[in-house]
Amino acid sequence: MDQLVAVLIDGIIYSAWLFVAAVGLTLIYGVMKIVNVTHGSFYALGAYAAASITGWALAQGMPPSLSYPVLLGSALLVTLVVAPLIERGILRFMYVKDEVVILLITYALFLILEDAIKLVWGVNPYFIAEPYGLLGSFDVMDLTYPYYNLILVGVAIVCGVGLFWMLGHTRAGKLLVAVIHDTEVSRAMGINVERMYLFTFTFGSLLAAIGGAFTAPTVSVVPGLGIEVIVLSFAVVVIGGLGSLPGAALGAVMVGLVRSATIHYLPQVELFVIYLVMAMVLAFRPRGLFSIAEARKI
Amino acid sequence: MRPDRTPLTLLLIGAAILAVGPFAPQWTLFLLTVALAKGLVVLGLMMLLRCGLVSFGQALYYCLGAYAAGMLGRLYEVSGVFTLMLAGMATSAFVAFVLGFLLARYRSIFFGLLSLAISMILYGLLVKTEALGSSDGFNVLPSTLFGWRPADEWVRYSVLAVAAGVAVIAALAVHRYLGTPLGRLAPAIKDNEIRVEYMGASARQAVHVKYVIAAALAGLGGALAATTVGHIDPEMAYWTTSGEFIFITILAGTGSVIAPFLGALIFGIIQTVAFDISPNTWQMVLGASLLAVIVFLPRGLWSLFRRRKAA
Amino acid sequence: MHVMKRAIVAVAAAALVPAFAAAQDAPLKIGVVSFLSGAAAGPFGVPARNGAEIMFEMLNAGKVPAPYATKGFGGAPLQMNLVDESGGTTVQVTEFRNMVQRDNVDLIIGYISSGSCLGIAPVAEELKKLTVFFDCGTPRIFEEKSYKYVFRTASTATMDSVGAALYVKDLKKGKIKTIAGLNQNYAWGQDSWKDFEASMKNLTPGVKVATSQMPKLFAGQYNAEISTILGAKADVVHSSFWDGDLEAFILQAGPRGLFKRSTVILTTGETAMYKLADRIPDGVVIGARGPYGPFAPDNELNQWFSKTFQDRYGVPPNYAAYQMAQAILGTKAAWERAQAANGGKRPDTDQVIAAFERLTFISPGGKVEMAIGGGHQAITETAYGVSRKVKGKMTVANVKRYPAEMVNPPDGVKAEDWIANGFKK
Repeated sequence: MDQLVAVLIDGIIYSAWLFVAAVGLTLIYGVMKIVNVTHGSFYALGAYAAASITGWALAQGMPPSLSYPVLLGSALLVTLVVAPLIERGILRFMYVKDEVVILLITYALFLILEDAIKLVWGVNPYFIAEPYGLLGSFDVMDLTYPYYNLILVGVAIVCGVGLFWMLGHTRAGKLLVAVIHDTEVSRAMGINVERMYLFTFTFGSLLAAIGGAFTAPTVSVVPGLGIEVIVLSFAVVVIGGLGSLPGAALGAVMVGLVRSATIHYLPQVELFVIYLVMAMVLAFRPRGLFSIAEARKI
Repeated sequence: MRPDRTPLTLLLIGAAILAVGPFAPQWTLFLLTVALAKGLVVLGLMMLLRCGLVSFGQALYYCLGAYAAGMLGRLYEVSGVFTLMLAGMATSAFVAFVLGFLLARYRSIFFGLLSLAISMILYGLLVKTEALGSSDGFNVLPSTLFGWRPADEWVRYSVLAVAAGVAVIAALAVHRYLGTPLGRLAPAIKDNEIRVEYMGASARQAVHVKYVIAAALAGLGGALAATTVGHIDPEMAYWTTSGEFIFITILAGTGSVIAPFLGALIFGIIQTVAFDISPNTWQMVLGASLLAVIVFLPRGLWSLFRRRKAA
Repeated sequence: MHVMKRAIVAVAAAALVPAFAAAQDAPLKIGVVSFLSGAAAGPFGVPARNGAEIMFEMLNAGKVPAPYATKGFGGAPLQMNLVDESGGTTVQVTEFRNMVQRDNVDLIIGYISSGSCLGIAPVAEELKKLTVFFDCGTPRIFEEKSYKYVFRTASTATMDSVGAALYVKDLKKGKIKTIAGLNQNYAWGQDSWKDFEASMKNLTPGVKVATSQMPKLFAGQYNAEISTILGAKADVVHSSFWDGDLEAFILQAGPRGLFKRSTVILTTGETAMYKLADRIPDGVVIGARGPYGPFAPDNELNQWFSKTFQDRYGVPPNYAAYQMAQAILGTKAAWERAQAANGGKRPDTDQVIAAFERLTFISPGGKVEMAIGGGHQAITETAYGVSRKVKGKMTVANVKRYPAEMVNPPDGVKAEDWIANGFKK
């Protein structure tokens, strides 16, 4: 019983992290049909910006309680600088190309950004552990959890609900839904698809950066941080169905709980359990759990 | 219609490698052999790409082929280079035949991602297997040619000669295959599968066959890489290895069966030069070259060699 | 196309220039291989490169204290040919061949990953090039084969696990009922845990394994693992985590009270102890994979090395930097011994190898004996201690040293068998 509770809590914390890290990927795929490898770079950029800016501010005597908005602000700042640059400077000339070729372009950009991050921040790790311990911790059974973990869950819920609300209830969101369903008709109806793409790419990347920024206090920010996130978030998004928002949420919860249960009951298979889940889901639901049916074009 | 010059060109290139090899510096022989091994994998990927399929998990078969060859040496002390390559090919082809029943139903990104998941499962299994050295892998015995082991200074050349021979035969076979009705189905499947079905051909079956051939080529490449490099580890199945193969496929272009080998060679040169001139930022050089090729040579490096056809 | 041209020129140059007999003071070209990108760059690769840079510069200037005061290697100045260790074994084997056959390096010092070392060793043998491994840990290299051209100047990972087991037994005065492990799921983590577990079972009979967690390398999120270890309430928790994973584990485990509940032993803790000084509570067992950093002996060579490094890079050298310095000095000692035996003329590779085998030399980490692996594998003493903050500065207290013969297997015995047979001589 005790262990089951621990499995649930650990699973939910991990799911929240996965969801924030992965949801931007599904949004960008839904709108732009791009499998965006630079997603991992933005996660890393968010983490680096958050760790260095918050660390600097704390050193200047900023009260630690302000570090939470600063984490968010750092993610925003770095994304607003880099994402539009990539979308306007490179990606927009590439939309005519094959899905796979665009994927490779983002892979090339990922390689470049990986070294660019190294040139800016060096190879030594950055830490900002203050926000993690600041809020104290709570006990469940005989296990202790810092409250900060709840912030992560909160960020995930805000991101998910906010995105859902935006897509369904705002003008911009409704226009986006139109673009998701049919780009050509949307363009014909007078929607500025170009601007939508810029917005989506920036916003999706921002979500990755937020994921990185709020993870930064719990980890050491080091080179290669983004690589792990790429394949993991692909797995989550694919399980849920590429382009589907509820799918990403369900995928994150599934992977989170399965991984947590494995660690508690069967640690030997943790290494590939996520890919096992992914292969099983795809074997029975070839397009993931929530997939949009596609018309057969004759 | 122009006569088909590819077979002759292939044979000439093969002969040129054999003729120049003894005079080239040793390290270029190794670079070239690795490029030929990778080129075999890419040749298979190119076949799949012609029907619009991109496998993000081709490293699965590369790794399987390498481990099949490595295990034969480790367990039974088999060192005959052709036996090892056949074993690598057969293992990969068999696994692909079984998995093909599942994968041949998939298209576009889903095909890629499912193959990625499967290759990552193999990676996980190998890392768990401490008897095979876990993530450190193990050394592969030096191979022999029908029981004969060349003198030290001729080892590299002999391996290269075998690799070149195998690569030329494989390329010729694939070239032949692409000319058959089944082979010619590829662009049609890419364009519109339903039309293919209406014509009475089975797209799924065609994809299955190509998938098995591509896997056999990857297994062959893996076995060749294992005997060339002398060491294998689970990293060969990791997704970054698959990524590298796709990278080379796009770099090369799908214009000819020669293109994959050329692409692999250029990739090897870019990588080693990047390591040499900027050890701290070689990834950036690699990324920038890929970007440049996509932007300036959308049909791959091969388009440099192809004369503009009269309209 | 500048890049291409360079490659072509390199090809032509390598093809045309015959190897010429080197003059006495012609520079020695040394290939140095270390992680410059990826996760291992920060904690090991770059500190090791920095260690190499300092040693090359100071040796060339003749500023290293005795017994290494001669310039370069026996008067010949040293030139560094730096290569990144990233990219996997195929890339590493390719670059190794390029260094030997294209760039004509005289010898190679490098390699952090055990995978690279296993892959490179047979190639070094094939190309007959003197190659000195400075850091990689797996004992398999000289256990599975014997090599002529390959040396390793650092002890194997066996020493770390055996030393860790001896230390916690001493620290807890033998009162250990259960142990738990948190190790990365790849060769290093698996071997470290296997050796530690076997050593503990030998030293404290009846000890039980509460849980052994093996997360994926670079997973970064360890909440679930920490929960299971907290739930297991083991007396001792062993972890061979390194770098980002180690630091993330410390950051995540601290607020959850793991360090209070169990005695935690971090076998590579030294690389993180200064960076995370305010996150590591007192009483965590810390290792440095040998007598390096805070465990280094207080001799002139060590004082000089740590001061020079600190002055240049602003941080104390960590064990990777020590191991690099050790490899360079060991090679220098062998080289100069061979040169002396050769009547003061530049020695050839065979002579250097003859001098290197079973050599005993001194490094900033103390005495190093090339005692096992047929005289190609070093053994050193090792030390462990517990963290203690003194006036806000991180130090190690309660340091215990274990002599080389106590924590390393004798020559010709496999580490695994040696531990299984109760550390018999």
